[in-house]
Amino acid sequence: MTSMIDLEAVCARSENVVAREIEEEILIVPLAAGIGDADDDLYTLNETGQAIWQALDGQRSLKDVAALLAARFNAPGPEIERDVLGFAGELVRRGILVTRP
Amino acid sequence: MSDSTYVVRRKPDRTPVSLDVGPRLKQLDIELTERCNNRCIHCLINRPLSDSSAQADEMTTAQVVHILRQAAGLGCAQVRFTGGEPLIRTDFQDVYLYARRLGLKVSLFTNACFVTPDVARLFARVPPLVPIEITVYGMTRESYEAVTRSRGSHESFRKGLDELLACGAPFVVRWVVLPPNRHEIPEFEAWAKTLPGITAGPAYVLMLDHRSRRDDPEKNRVIDTLRLSPQETLAFLARDETKYRHGMAEFAARFLTPPGDRLFHCGAGHGVCIDAYGRVQPCMGVRDPALTFPLGFPEKTGSDGAQAETPAGPDSENGGLTLAQALDRFRRLKTLAAKHPLYLARCARCFLKGLCEQCPAKSWAEHGNLDTPVDYYCQAAHIQARYLGWLSENESGWDVVDGPERIKKWVHALSTEGNR
Ligand code: SF4
Ligand code: SF4
Repeated sequence: MTSMIDLEAVCARSENVVAREIEEEILIVPLAAGIGDADDDLYTLNETGQAIWQALDGQRSLKDVAALLAARFNAPGPEIERDVLGFAGELVRRGILVTRP
Repeated sequence: MSDSTYVVRRKPDRTPVSLDVGPRLKQLDIELTERCNNRCIHCLINRPLSDSSAQADEMTTAQVVHILRQAAGLGCAQVRFTGGEPLIRTDFQDVYLYARRLGLKVSLFTNACFVTPDVARLFARVPPLVPIEITVYGMTRESYEAVTRSRGSHESFRKGLDELLACGAPFVVRWVVLPPNRHEIPEFEAWAKTLPGITAGPAYVLMLDHRSRRDDPEKNRVIDTLRLSPQETLAFLARDETKYRHGMAEFAARFLTPPGDRLFHCGAGHGVCIDAYGRVQPCMGVRDPALTFPLGFPEKTGSDGAQAETPAGPDSENGGLTLAQALDRFRRLKTLAAKHPLYLARCARCFLKGLCEQCPAKSWAEHGNLDTPVDYYCQAAHIQARYLGWLSENESGWDVVDGPERIKKWVHALSTEGNR
């Protein structure tokens, strides 16, 4: 299944997961069945993922999230947009993020 | 900041190699109650279901929630709910959901008799992330209830199991080897293989412990009569000879070296166990009053466990400890040395430590101190070591100075044999 996500999309954390910060790592723990491939899957985010996760507030569009991070990391906009899109697509597919209308 | 995969799937039981890394609280056990619907002949903890004074002393929902919140704050990833029978608590579902909403995995020890359709649906909808551990006492009503001494318990257990199966909730089974059910082990094994999600063989409780509260010498005498003899233990373990030898090779290479006089070799000091009455101790077995402390709870704990009125903060909760303070006290366990002369003469020099499971909890239950060696476990370890050829008939583990070398040779011989 390919999720149709574009930069205009607004993404929020799904209510079916809990995110915890342990030892400076973000751990995503499924709350409801059906997240992940196995019943006991947990997830951690890589460094890029953590930065994007923290910037997703359920209000900003992915474009705004990318702009925010590009300014913060002083990094080229298109590259960051690619990361934000890739991240959101992956997490929506896994049911960790949901898109807001 | 480019990466190809942003999210990393991770198996939950990534235990750190060193206990000194990772979150501050690594394991939390909560005994939700000591009461149980069953009256198992071997039980080391149970009190009657109808014991109203025990019930009145049990932690409230808000107090359990308060503990869970502290544990999550200390980085704990998993809580184990045990008892008694944890499912007899009418607030079990609330407590369970609260733990899961905090992002804790939940491990549950239960006899399954109180798994109602509602409870099973909850486990299916909000999975515990660790398979539920169900203890089985017999394959027939006769054997089951000869152990549980509770009429109708076999039917309740079967119903509970059916509810879990119907909902697809994850569970594993384990069997307590006891005189009324010993003859049913092959039947149990064949049945366990038909259950979904049981990939490895089922677990067994083989060596029975005494009452950890040291409250009932008569019950301990009964437990002694139910124990397998060292010979019977060996016969059970080695019933599949090849599997047993290979399992021992793996184990021996990692765990069999003389330990010296350090008392605690386990994770004690990194985890805590909370008893049904809100007291914190280093683990489920060590109930030495010198190592057991009341936890503090705010006088007015809201139903969500929030501290409603604690202006001085969580460190001054009615004189009791916070989990963080308890952990600080238990840190010193790692530095405690054994003093009992028999321990120093034997266990401290014995390469079979690890095989015998001698530990402060066993000494506590059996002798009321932390370091008197327990004969029962010692004999079972020695009979295995002789059977495997690590010891001659007249030798003892503490006599042998070249134990680790013997093991190395034995493992090598076994692997050469396997390659032939
Ligand atoms: S079911 Fe478990 S807690 Fe209950 S009496 Fe039996 S062994 Fe004890
Ligand atoms: S086998 Fe016996 S002597 Fe050796 S460590 Fe165990 S209890 Fe001590």
